[in-house]
Amino acid sequence: MSAFLELRGAGKVYGGGLMERARNIALEPVSLAFDASRPAITAVVGESGSGKTTLARVLLGLARASQGQVLYQGQDVAQLKRAARRDFRRDVQAVFQDPYGVYNPFYRVDHVLTVPARNFAIAPNAAQRGERIAQALRAVGLRPEEILGRYPHQLSGGQRQRIMVARALLLRPRLIVADEPVSMVDASLRATILASLRRLTDEFGIAILYITHDLATAYQVSDNILVMYRANVVEAGAVEPIVRAPRHPYTRLLISAIPRVSTTRDWSTGETAPPRAMVNTHADTGCRFADRCPAAMDICRRETPTLRLLADRRAVACHLDADAPPLPEGNLAPVLA
Amino acid sequence: MNAPAHAAILRVSRLGVAFDHPLGLVRAVDDVSFSLAPGERFGLAGESGSGKSTMALAILRMIRPPGRIDAGDVFLDGAPLSRLDEEGMRALRLAAIALVPQGSMNSLNPVARIGRQIEDAYADHGLKLTRAESAARIGALLQTVGLPEQVARMYPHELSGGMKQRACIAIAICLSPKVIIADEPTSALDVVVQRQVMETLGRVQQQLGAAIILVGHDLGLMAQFVDRLGIMYAGRLVEVAPIARIITAPRHPYTRALIAALPSLEQRGTLQGIPGLAPLLRDLPPGCAFHPRCPLATERCRAERPAVREMGDGESVACHLA
Repeated sequence: MSAFLELRGAGKVYGGGLMERARNIALEPVSLAFDASRPAITAVVGESGSGKTTLARVLLGLARASQGQVLYQGQDVAQLKRAARRDFRRDVQAVFQDPYGVYNPFYRVDHVLTVPARNFAIAPNAAQRGERIAQALRAVGLRPEEILGRYPHQLSGGQRQRIMVARALLLRPRLIVADEPVSMVDASLRATILASLRRLTDEFGIAILYITHDLATAYQVSDNILVMYRANVVEAGAVEPIVRAPRHPYTRLLISAIPRVSTTRDWSTGETAPPRAMVNTHADTGCRFADRCPAAMDICRRETPTLRLLADRRAVACHLDADAPPLPEGNLAPVLA
Repeated sequence: MNAPAHAAILRVSRLGVAFDHPLGLVRAVDDVSFSLAPGERFGLAGESGSGKSTMALAILRMIRPPGRIDAGDVFLDGAPLSRLDEEGMRALRLAAIALVPQGSMNSLNPVARIGRQIEDAYADHGLKLTRAESAARIGALLQTVGLPEQVARMYPHELSGGMKQRACIAIAICLSPKVIIADEPTSALDVVVQRQVMETLGRVQQQLGAAIILVGHDLGLMAQFVDRLGIMYAGRLVEVAPIARIITAPRHPYTRALIAALPSLEQRGTLQGIPGLAPLLRDLPPGCAFHPRCPLATERCRAERPAVREMGDGESVACHLA
């Protein structure tokens, strides 16, 4: 295995501690790996509160795992030495949701590109760094002469978000974690930004973790998908079979909830809105989806389903698939390969 | 559903909104006309900056300086709204035309209970109710939008996004308006909750027999919800047609591009953006505003602005090639 970044049973719990504040499990232990030899786009899909952003923050080292480990080149990221930490910061880049908030309005947009270029010394002199910046901008479909020297307010949200992708690309990382990168831009621009992400994987060999609540765009750009519900991974594997034939009832619900551009009005379901807790505690028993699940059985309320391996390289955590073999060590790496 | 002018509950006629800008006048809404039949669901779609939200505010005469309505009128049940003074407009808002504004779930007063916010709406429109009457009405209202009665005693922060959006719908329908204008009512919600909220909105709209204008950019949502759709580009209504017609045989190249820009669940790798950027309203290209991005543009498109042509059956298009 040549995984450069790995989650080993990494989970995150907020609260608790001395004052015994209410605990909220934001992420149940998850194991997966990113392999530099097979770069792919992996989508993480789920509703608000599903734990998808917590997963991103743990991977980026922005939140420390409260259990398990995050390993970079085999070393725990919480204990990296200075040089290794620097490599980690360079190898794993982030693109965030808000293309407005990340810019300082008083600086030209060049600032977000020249600072990391200098700090990480991507080229020996300013002229060559400038050339690398121009290349990165062209790679995401921007014309450097239309971008450099401008202030953030002079550019559109789509342009600003593509600059953030260019910035991530500039450092030639091995993984980009993109947290809802297109949810704040227009539908017409989404396609362009997602296409530039796709190009990063295909041409530059960069793996991408694409975090979104929009299953349709995930289907369009990703190779793999990971569906999360209330801190748990409920289904994972190659995107095509999962979208074509979703196995977990929650994945089915998500897919059916997408309004389609079609003359058949098949959108309504009659699913009522059940009151549900937004806080996950250890006291919860059973499957967290059971209260909304049309197929819920007695066992679903008693026992938490574990991830099981299905024939088509897919993992699913559902009692309906109780006869499938358990996923070895709960490690998702094989199904996301 | 067609909307012949005589039966229209709401008729927007050649409406124009202009903003004063240091570089000159900016036309945010330019000569827009359409009608709504009672009970009809009309969609208004376009990119950000196309003027769709300004349009929604202009119907309610809620444009603030430096913007102003400088052309046309809006007729409610045949009566022109421009004749009303500010008091008259105030009485009519919510009671006759209700707005669910963009990001409305954040427009709830954070320090007032939901029930109190509905009582305020009643009081503001001169409804004198006893405490018991008011409580009964609010309880029934909350049930209509799928919320438990206890929500009346709760504060906004105690509610989820979907519940807040339902509370906003409850406020919008509390005086049984004839027209509901909903500006991106579900854009902050995830898909499952979006569907539930839209089902609720559709159900209460039918119960009231109100017409609805749904403003948004998600054509999938439009396809599943509205009867007719209007497409806005650079302040103009460039195409109007029944929803089935517009998604199967769009006439305007911009409409076609918008539909192609939607991610499909049927086939991978089909996603394509619209080349170029939406034009700046203060610096519109000559001729058709879409021509720099249009794959079919001709000399005529670069020189002459296409007029809105009626295609019969309440359909219209503004394109030289259609």
